[in-house]
Amino acid sequence: MQRYSGFGLVKHALRHHEDWQRQWRNPTPKPGYDVIIVGGGGHGLATAYYLAKEHGITNVAVLEKGWLGGGNTARNTTIVRSNYLWDESAALYEHAMKHWEGLSQELNYNVMFSQRGVLNLGHTLQDMRDIQRRVNANRLNGIDGEVLDAEGVQSLVPIMDCSKRARYPVMGASWQPRAGVARHDAVAWGYARAADALGVDLLQNTEVTGFKIRDGRILGVHTNRGDIEAKTVGCVTAGNSSVLAGMAGLNLPLESHPLQALVSEPLKPVLDTVVMSNHVHGYISQSDKGDLVIGAGIDGYNGYGQRGSYPTVEHTLQAIVEMFPIFSRVRMNRQWGGIVDTCPDACPILSKTKVKGLYFNCGWGTGGFKATPGSGHVFAASLAKGEMHPIAAPFSIDRFHSGALIDEHGAAGVAH
Amino acid sequence: MFHIYCPYCEEHREEEEFHPKGQAHIARPEDPDACSDEAWGDYLFFRDNPRGIHHEMWLHAVGCRKFFNITRHTVSYEILETYKMGEQPTVGAEHLAREEKTAREGKTDSVQVAEGGQQAVGASDAALASVKGAQA
Ligand SMILES: Cc1cc2nc3c(=O)[nH]c(=O)nc-3n(C[C@H](O)[C@H](O)[C@H](O)COP(=O)(O)OP(=O)(O)OC[C@H]3O[C@@H](n4cnc5c(N)ncnc54)[C@H](O)[C@@H]3O)c2cc1C
Ligand SMILES: [Zn+2]
Repeated sequence: MQRYSGFGLVKHALRHHEDWQRQWRNPTPKPGYDVIIVGGGGHGLATAYYLAKEHGITNVAVLEKGWLGGGNTARNTTIVRSNYLWDESAALYEHAMKHWEGLSQELNYNVMFSQRGVLNLGHTLQDMRDIQRRVNANRLNGIDGEVLDAEGVQSLVPIMDCSKRARYPVMGASWQPRAGVARHDAVAWGYARAADALGVDLLQNTEVTGFKIRDGRILGVHTNRGDIEAKTVGCVTAGNSSVLAGMAGLNLPLESHPLQALVSEPLKPVLDTVVMSNHVHGYISQSDKGDLVIGAGIDGYNGYGQRGSYPTVEHTLQAIVEMFPIFSRVRMNRQWGGIVDTCPDACPILSKTKVKGLYFNCGWGTGGFKATPGSGHVFAASLAKGEMHPIAAPFSIDRFHSGALIDEHGAAGVAH
Repeated sequence: MFHIYCPYCEEHREEEEFHPKGQAHIARPEDPDACSDEAWGDYLFFRDNPRGIHHEMWLHAVGCRKFFNITRHTVSYEILETYKMGEQPTVGAEHLAREEKTAREGKTDSVQVAEGGQQAVGASDAALASVKGAQA
């Protein structure tokens, strides 16, 4: 792998940038691998990378039906935080946060992780009580957090309407300074390049159409490019996970919904943190290019269409203008949708299944981007050892029958 | 934007007036106390999530405030029918498969995308499936 550096940039500039190495190969599928990862989003690519890097398992293929990162990974609004309420989820997301903090160095790829802080606003007394409880829980788990009053919020975000005249006045917020944003497609590309360098085959335009299962054990997958064998298969297919599970005769407690986002025309720097509001329901940050990155809730109906309804866009922008009247005349540039795999308790599923050797990593719903490095890290360990990693273990699919749910609904502020 | 026909108001109205309420036709177990953890968990948390035909409940929230059912395609989002509570759908997955087949057979020059597309392999049919797989 050609390493990236400032010096390298100068050297290539002198050669008119004509001999940069391709970031990854485009191999033809081998007849079999030790491990197959289905889904070339951030979580799948990270899993492949850590399998090779930390467990020495390099005979690995990532099968992606489209292009790398073309799913939710490069469609999200890039918010990264770890201030979840319950111990299990706090451990998982904080595990990811620790990885984020060294990720650009680890991958030799600038993922533009920017710890500009995240505010979760409170607009009612109950909001403020929940915020207090969550920040206390976070601190007990060693996760940074502060409770701010309206004045504190106003001093961090001078352009926000924190006045008493607002329709839903801001009463305060939780503030996680270590939280922030990262460039989502760079995360997929960085993991892809690093995994490829360690020998992982990244197979794009390769769609899994069925599983080869004998006596309750996985033997491989059927694809549009032929059959590929593997005794360990990890499905990391987000909104399409129910379809994949169906191919193995399994049922997952997931519903796939459209989730939309939009970006504005580029503006001069005006917002240097991330603002989320559960109550008026919208969230916003400003990218390094200057565009406002905006999102809100899912479209309520099930959908696999990677697009959403206009009323949802309208509600989202109403919420943003409510908080930021200054943006009322900003024009929007682009709008798109992803398919999010929502779980009844708003927590992911990292689990073995009834089929030996077949694992699922899904259910991240509207908020899995932030978990990418941690999810890949613990899922790789689980695939390598054949036993779920202790951080992943509570997220087993069994919890929907045992009742040991990890209810992050509402508790974690907006679910992104 | 959906344009939804409410079977009670007998009028098409805009999506904004409605709320989706999830999968339709879920029967509550008759004797919850006698349910196994498995059956109860399935009832509470496991929903159909097809990439295709879906029967779902909607509420005409700012209209007549009544619940009713919609059969909708989850990829094209096309609404195939709406019907009252207590009624059964007339459009199902089999119906659509039949229609698609007719459409395909009508077009003689179309590429064969038929059966190979989705091989749903059940765990219980595992032995059989692997034989099929080996032959393929
Ligand atoms: C609009 C929007 C905003 C979001 N905002 C945030 C946010 O601010 N913060 C946050 O933390 N999270 C956010 N999320 C959620 C986050 O994007 C996802 O949870 C996360 O990216 C999931 O990553 P993944 O790798 O599991 O899935 P994906 O990136 O979706 O990858 C799954 C891949 O599997 C492939 N695949 C599917 N079926 C098959 C098959 N049969 N064969 C082969 N390949 C297949 C797909 O093509 C896809 O590339 C947002 C999501 C959306 C849509
Ligand atoms: Zn009505």
